[in-house]
Amino acid sequence: MQWEVVIGLEVHVQLNTKSKIFSGSSTAFGAAPNAQANAFDIALPGVLPVLNREAVEKAIRFGLAIGAKVNRTSIFARKNYFYPDLPKGYQISQFELPIVEGGTLAIQVGDQEKVVELTRAHLEEDAGKSLHEDFHGMSGIDLNRAGTPLLEIVSEPVMRSSAEASAYGKALHSLVTWLDMCDGNMQEGSFRMDANVSVRPKGETKLGTRCEVKNVNSFKFLEKAIDFEVRRQIELIEDGGKVVQETRLYDPDRDETRSMRSKEDAHDYRYFPDPDLLPLQVSEAWIERVQAGLPELPQALKTRFMADYALPLADASQLSGNKAVASFFETAVKTLGGEGKLVANWVLGEVMAQLNREEKSIDASPVTPQQLAGLLKRISDNTISSKIAKDVFAAMWAGEGEADAIIDAKGLKQITDTGAIEAVIEDVLANNAAMVAEYKAGKEKAFNALVGQCMKASKGKANPAQVNALLKQKLDA
Amino acid sequence: MSLTLDEIQKIARLARLRVTPEEATQLQSHFSGLFALVDELQAIDTEGVLPMSHAQDIALRLREDKVTETDRRDALQAVAPQVEKGLYLVPKVIE
Repeated sequence: MQWEVVIGLEVHVQLNTKSKIFSGSSTAFGAAPNAQANAFDIALPGVLPVLNREAVEKAIRFGLAIGAKVNRTSIFARKNYFYPDLPKGYQISQFELPIVEGGTLAIQVGDQEKVVELTRAHLEEDAGKSLHEDFHGMSGIDLNRAGTPLLEIVSEPVMRSSAEASAYGKALHSLVTWLDMCDGNMQEGSFRMDANVSVRPKGETKLGTRCEVKNVNSFKFLEKAIDFEVRRQIELIEDGGKVVQETRLYDPDRDETRSMRSKEDAHDYRYFPDPDLLPLQVSEAWIERVQAGLPELPQALKTRFMADYALPLADASQLSGNKAVASFFETAVKTLGGEGKLVANWVLGEVMAQLNREEKSIDASPVTPQQLAGLLKRISDNTISSKIAKDVFAAMWAGEGEADAIIDAKGLKQITDTGAIEAVIEDVLANNAAMVAEYKAGKEKAFNALVGQCMKASKGKANPAQVNALLKQKLDA
Repeated sequence: MSLTLDEIQKIARLARLRVTPEEATQLQSHFSGLFALVDELQAIDTEGVLPMSHAQDIALRLREDKVTETDRRDALQAVAPQVEKGLYLVPKVIE
């Protein structure tokens, strides 16, 4: 049987406010346990929540960026369940009237674009952390995280493969960091994904029973967890079994999902409007102000890069995934005065490779976009070859100065003088009679070997195109 | 409308309350009294009335995003039954 995979994602995005969503405690990561858990956060009797304006503003910004409806009135509700890292016995969340409804996000899978519809995004508070190491058979509770503002972003079940789900995750991650509403740090739990996965026979319109896969903290694990879950469900059904709706945990060490043992009533949250919080009103003026302050969004930038610099979709989409990378690219291309594709190749190639090797972000690049443009100028005016340019780039990276200074100091200028190149070729031909014979016997490979010898003899400085042409001329004469 | 004894036990379980069969029977009649009040409310014609989420018809006040709390962990933990290394200790919650 042919199966169709149906995936929806729920993403918990920690908003990067200074203080918590309902209290004045700090949200900084990594403080000593409970140093940022105050009377409200630990739910002492009599405390009351006061909503953080900035958390609301970031939610509005997100809603506007995805073209969603920002509700002028939204309501906070209590989601009731017992767990020690939730000291109130309920989480303040939004249920019936969330702040953001609808909206879309464009994703890219391979060279295909797809638009993912979103269901809603609502504000809520994060829970604390339970540590289950040995505290004499007890659990330790750290409530520093309790009350960190979250925007829970829920997609429609419109993704059809793990690749699409991960592309959506990446697009969302890029957007929320772009909008400066989340630091995007997945190791620290700032961006947490749960996937709702089900399968159905191809052509069926009714949804199959879904399982919620939790605990995926990287895009790679998201794909693996979904792939495992899809295989498990299909095998289960093909063996005559039935999928049971449940929450499953992904275990990256064993690459499998496991059922979380949960009590039968675990999902009876008994939501009701929180009497401690009045309805949240968002004025037209506020929305207009946020709209006016929105930066150019990744999707718009991608389209503009393709139009302005004649970049292919893949390059444009990689460059527009991160604000700092996009601005590095654009500064370089403007300094150079064109050659978008050449700049894109270098930013996505050498620059990224070096940054990754040294685990640096692009803001910390020792080569500035202006300096890169200086180097690329020398490629486009034929002063140096691309190959030599890589050596110059390495020297620039090591702090040896501007491209021109390095090219001069090391005598790396490309040899374009026909006479000089011919002299090199004569020399190589005289010293490599065997290769010449092979070429004349019809071995095309011998030609490349001879080109290699010429480049070597010129220390890489001969213009490769000229070497090619002149060598051919000489051999075929 | 009235609740069955099973439903009473489920509500008790959700609230983490242990309820004896006698108490359950007693609660059943209390709940029935409450539901009679709800029935009265339900009977009112609310056609064309927007649902309210709060009894007061005013908007929520917001605060500026400022850290106003300082670390008062030691004082707060002085009343906790058990703490260690800055953590609140509770009975183990996973099996």
